[in-house]
Amino acid sequence: MAFTNEQLERYSRHIILKEIGVKGQKKLTASKVLIIGAGGLGAPAALYLAAAGVGTIGIVDADVVDLSNLQRQVIHTTEDIGKKKVDSAAETMRQINPDVTVNTYHQFVTGDNILDLIEGYDFILDGTDNFPAKFLINDACVMAGKPFSHAGIIRFKGQLTTVIPGESPCYRCIFKDPPPKDAVPTCRQAGVIGAMGGVIGSLQAMEAIKYITGAGELLAGYLLTFDALSMQFRKIKLPPRGSGCAVCSDHPTITKLIDYEQAACELKK
Amino acid sequence: MKIIVSGEKKEVAENLTVAALIEQEKVETPQYVTVSVNEEFIESGSFADRILHEGDEVEFLYFMGGGK
Ligand SMILES: [Zn+2]
Repeated sequence: MAFTNEQLERYSRHIILKEIGVKGQKKLTASKVLIIGAGGLGAPAALYLAAAGVGTIGIVDADVVDLSNLQRQVIHTTEDIGKKKVDSAAETMRQINPDVTVNTYHQFVTGDNILDLIEGYDFILDGTDNFPAKFLINDACVMAGKPFSHAGIIRFKGQLTTVIPGESPCYRCIFKDPPPKDAVPTCRQAGVIGAMGGVIGSLQAMEAIKYITGAGELLAGYLLTFDALSMQFRKIKLPPRGSGCAVCSDHPTITKLIDYEQAACELKK
Repeated sequence: MKIIVSGEKKEVAENLTVAALIEQEKVETPQYVTVSVNEEFIESGSFADRILHEGDEVEFLYFMGGGK
């Protein structure tokens, strides 16, 4: 399908890039990205992916917009308080770019639904705020062979990696099991600087765009860490995909999805 | 001897173990940190036995659970 004049103008700053061009922009238009979590990470990622003309964007979140979200979840506005986050996010994405088809899923990801959720998508973004969800997304994407971006933020720090199942190390290669409840603080307990979601969530969107267009090298096999207080980025080389990994090795011991228990403070909200 | 910790050169005692380095570096939530030495993961059960050598490159990888 040829681009209209309006589309050529909308995407002109992409099309002029030799790494993207009309060909790459067409790939974006044909692509499907699923964002799990419409929060600190998911909000900026969704904005940039919609603006970039990703053809279909799915967004999964069971929450409604709360006043305390607005310090960082830039896809929602004060008027959206009380609305489902997925609806508020979809509305903003459609306003930015009517070319985009937005699919909303007002639910938590669980071992029962996640494989169905990710099935139709080319690339997944983990923008969740808890370890059970992060391990679930990792395991499901590894089992389904779906590439994804993992990220975490807390206080003035953030980190991300890209996982290409079967090729690069997965989240469980780095961390074998979730930490016990409340052993490691989440941002609800410890706080997070709002702009951190913008930095790391935008980098997740960047990885999705690079994956789809084939531009450059992905953050597969590396963990990129960012410390805003010292303003230091570090790209840490990870050991290769482990022969010992319980989920992504050639002889996995985890072959069924696990719903780990949520931390109590997260259930309450 | 000199080793590299999180990208920075450090002078440390000979025969320092990974466990001793974790303590010396005041690693946050040390019981949940992942350690790699020369791009190889070290089993947490062997932190106390793993002796570091001149030039070793050590990385600490931390859980970061936030996102929303
Ligand atoms: Zn793995």
